[in-house]
Amino acid sequence: MTDWPLLSLTTFLPLVGALFILAIRGETQVVARNARNVALLTSLATFVVSLFILANFNGASAEFQLKETAVWLPGTAISYSMGVDGISLWFVMLSTFLTPICILSTVGAVEHRVKEYMIAFLVLETLMIGMFCALDMILFYVFFEGVLIPMFIIIGVWGGQRRVYAAFKFFLYTLAGSVLMLVAMLAMYTQAHTTDIPTLMTHTFPQAMQLWLWLAFFASFAVKVPMWPVHTWLPDAHVEAPTAGSVILAGVLLKMGGYGFLRFSVPMFPLASEYFTPFVFTLSIVAVIYTSLVALVQQDMKKLIAYSSVAHMGYVTLGTFAMTTQGVEGAVFQMLSHGVVSGALFLCVGVVYDRMHTREIARYGGLATRMPKYALVFMFMTMASVGLPGTSGFIGEFLVLMGVFQMNTWAALFAASGLVLGACYALYLYRRVVFGKLVNDDLKGILDMSPREVAMFVPLIVIVIWMGVYPSTFLDPVHASVAKLIDNFELAKAAAHGVSVAVR
Amino acid sequence: MTETLDLFPVLPEIFAVVATVALLMLGVFKKEDATRGISGLAIAVMAVTALLVVATGGERHTAFGGMFMIDGFGVFAKVLILAASALTAAMSLQYLDKEKLGRFEYPVLILFATIGMMMMVSANDFMALYLGLELQSLSLYVLAAYHRDSARATEAGLKYFVLGSMASGLLLYGTSLVYGFSGTTSFDSLVKIFGEQGAHPHLGFIAGLVFIMAGLCFKISAVPFHMWTPDVYEGAPTPVTSFFAVAPKIAALILLVRVLTGPFADLIDQWRQVIIAVSVLSMFVGAFAAIVQTNIKRLMAYSSIGHVGFILVGLAAGTAEGIQGVLVYLALYLFMNVGTFAVILCMRSKGRLVEGIGDLAGLSKTNPAMAAVMAVLMFSMAGIPPMAGFWGKFYVFMAAINAGLYTIAIIGLLTSVVSAFYYIRIIKVMYFDEAGEAFDRAGSTALSMVMAVSTLVVLVFTFIPAPLINSAKAAALVLFPAAAG
Repeated sequence: MTDWPLLSLTTFLPLVGALFILAIRGETQVVARNARNVALLTSLATFVVSLFILANFNGASAEFQLKETAVWLPGTAISYSMGVDGISLWFVMLSTFLTPICILSTVGAVEHRVKEYMIAFLVLETLMIGMFCALDMILFYVFFEGVLIPMFIIIGVWGGQRRVYAAFKFFLYTLAGSVLMLVAMLAMYTQAHTTDIPTLMTHTFPQAMQLWLWLAFFASFAVKVPMWPVHTWLPDAHVEAPTAGSVILAGVLLKMGGYGFLRFSVPMFPLASEYFTPFVFTLSIVAVIYTSLVALVQQDMKKLIAYSSVAHMGYVTLGTFAMTTQGVEGAVFQMLSHGVVSGALFLCVGVVYDRMHTREIARYGGLATRMPKYALVFMFMTMASVGLPGTSGFIGEFLVLMGVFQMNTWAALFAASGLVLGACYALYLYRRVVFGKLVNDDLKGILDMSPREVAMFVPLIVIVIWMGVYPSTFLDPVHASVAKLIDNFELAKAAAHGVSVAVR
Repeated sequence: MTETLDLFPVLPEIFAVVATVALLMLGVFKKEDATRGISGLAIAVMAVTALLVVATGGERHTAFGGMFMIDGFGVFAKVLILAASALTAAMSLQYLDKEKLGRFEYPVLILFATIGMMMMVSANDFMALYLGLELQSLSLYVLAAYHRDSARATEAGLKYFVLGSMASGLLLYGTSLVYGFSGTTSFDSLVKIFGEQGAHPHLGFIAGLVFIMAGLCFKISAVPFHMWTPDVYEGAPTPVTSFFAVAPKIAALILLVRVLTGPFADLIDQWRQVIIAVSVLSMFVGAFAAIVQTNIKRLMAYSSIGHVGFILVGLAAGTAEGIQGVLVYLALYLFMNVGTFAVILCMRSKGRLVEGIGDLAGLSKTNPAMAAVMAVLMFSMAGIPPMAGFWGKFYVFMAAINAGLYTIAIIGLLTSVVSAFYYIRIIKVMYFDEAGEAFDRAGSTALSMVMAVSTLVVLVFTFIPAPLINSAKAAALVLFPAAAG
């Protein structure tokens, strides 16, 4: 099985499904049903294929594995090259895991232009997986930017009231960030004569150049993460996007920024990363505290969760730039956990939104009496988001805080205060929606979760508990890659500061 | 010059001229209207000419005492030009029928313009250049005013004629200055003269160079010589606009590249400043002025101004890599533009051609295939990967950065974000807005074919880039024998 091009297979399988859907003709109803079924089957098949990646991955090695190379652009060093290491492995899995759930969640939520929706989603999956697998900088960029197209369409066509505004803001914000990255990539190519990511990781750029390159990449990734103060597109995009769009946005697209930091900024520009660490810490802490406070006053469920995403991603950037083993592993773990948990929370909002067609918190209350199953699931995911021990959220936040504490006590202190605030807004949301008296008349007939909805949440709950109780499954393959990342970072630092490497 | 008269390099042009004159005669002496037949024959002539170009080309040959030259670069350019002319001629048929504008002169004029462009591309002397340019321009002036009962079209034609003549005058004046200071108009002799003069050429040459560039910048509608473009694009009949947007642009850009990297190659420090200024201005105007447009043809005019700005970035780099970028960009620009204009030509409501961007509202519901084509092309024009348009930008900016032009690359990419706004606005109108009135279901096979082909090229290029990139590279290296090593 190992001689199969597993990564390309995983990447392009959804695209094949999309082409099949394109060929479906007939009555609207039939087309919708068939398109959904094909999409669901394709995404499930993709998930199964991605399990083979997991099976063939050697967690003890820090090298890129399952590598594939093919000639792409003649006359340049740019080639089609794919591969995964411990860091990207889980993001591929996250993408393939969340997509079938998203497609399942569209039943009842997306009823017009289902065919186009499914095509957009499968294309999106291809681009996401490709981005995490790409081992060539330009290939990475193509996938990274390409994601904008299906997401723009998804928000704009199937979104809420202000969908046009949100779609434009999303598109232009992220595009503006990434063109600077393109300039930086071209400059790196000129300097290093290669676009191969593993080679570039060992290449040493001049210090002055590193600062500029780092800033250009930062412009792109900070928007994607998103970091305060360039996070404002996120609440708009989340609020207006359809449920499945929000899940993918929070679950995978935000991780593109965090992944970018780990893949480019830190290993390729170690000196600049060290130089800018206080800057990143400041922005991250502001993000954690400020957006948590903003989340407290939100009247819209999705907006609240969107702001909580910004706060949670603040931990990711903190952990990444702490550059300690715990910090970086915590950042990776936090991203995976957030991907599952915030995705699940958006699905929770989707469940009631499909019934009531409002996201306003004040319109709900007392759902526990009518929807016990829902109350349980929502409770569980709220706790995971808060970081209750035993759930995935705890492990991620704990590791990050521990990593940051070793580097900077004050940063850890401020970041920890975000945990308290996080508990406040999450529990406050839960209380207002689920507890209290059932006062709204139209809520009296609301139905509990259907078997389909339960089926959506079961894998999410299992994963959250698994990650919380036995994180080693997920952290073991990450160790080697993170250790290598940190070693290289320390070596570069030592070399630059004139300390003999042998002394270490 | 003791050369024997060798007509071998001019064979494609001679064939095209003879065939065109024959078609003209055919049209004159035929009693009934023969537009359709002659258009078909004209396209066939272009196809045969393209074959001849490929068959005769490759090696460098000169004819007419060195005034005319063919080489690999010219072959690439001529194939592009012929493809553009043939595609736009095919796209016009339905329009001419519906608007009752069918006259046999139309394909003949397109052929004459195309021959003029081929002459421009092959010029190796300022006199030959001017002759080719004027043959092209005169045909284009007539084409712009082709719809002679329409006030808008005649105004467009007149405007184009007056301004175009002035630009030709500037070019001619620049040529005369260069001739006055050097005593020659031959590109080969000029190369020698500038090579001897070194880094500090006579001021007269620089003045001449600036005038020549001004004249050519008018032809490619680069800012600040772009004023005519929106009006002419809007006023001219739509098939003519689609012809204007592609073939003459390609020809004039190729000519600019030829002149600047040929006789004026040693004056790069002088012309590069001008090209950079013109390029940055074009990118700005193309990005910002298009935002407020409501007429899709005007929008395309500003869009083409912006694209010219991007293409000039590659020229500003002044390297083989930059010219390769220019050629890749031009080839992709050709497909994006003919595809878009094919969609615009399908925008018919109640038997009339409509041009408002708002008329596209809800197209994704009323005509999903057409909307999908347009969306792909718009994303491509905005330069979003994996669409082909991205690679055009990628190659020119890579060359710019390799040549150390960081500022222009950053400015260029930021303006491309601004221009993305109006491209995705079209997608918004088609996909997010409520459906307006559906267009007439009267697509023609030619238009559908053009749409399908251009969409396919735009989508597939990312997966199979090698053929185009390799041939563009080979063509570009012809201009830089040193780089070819």
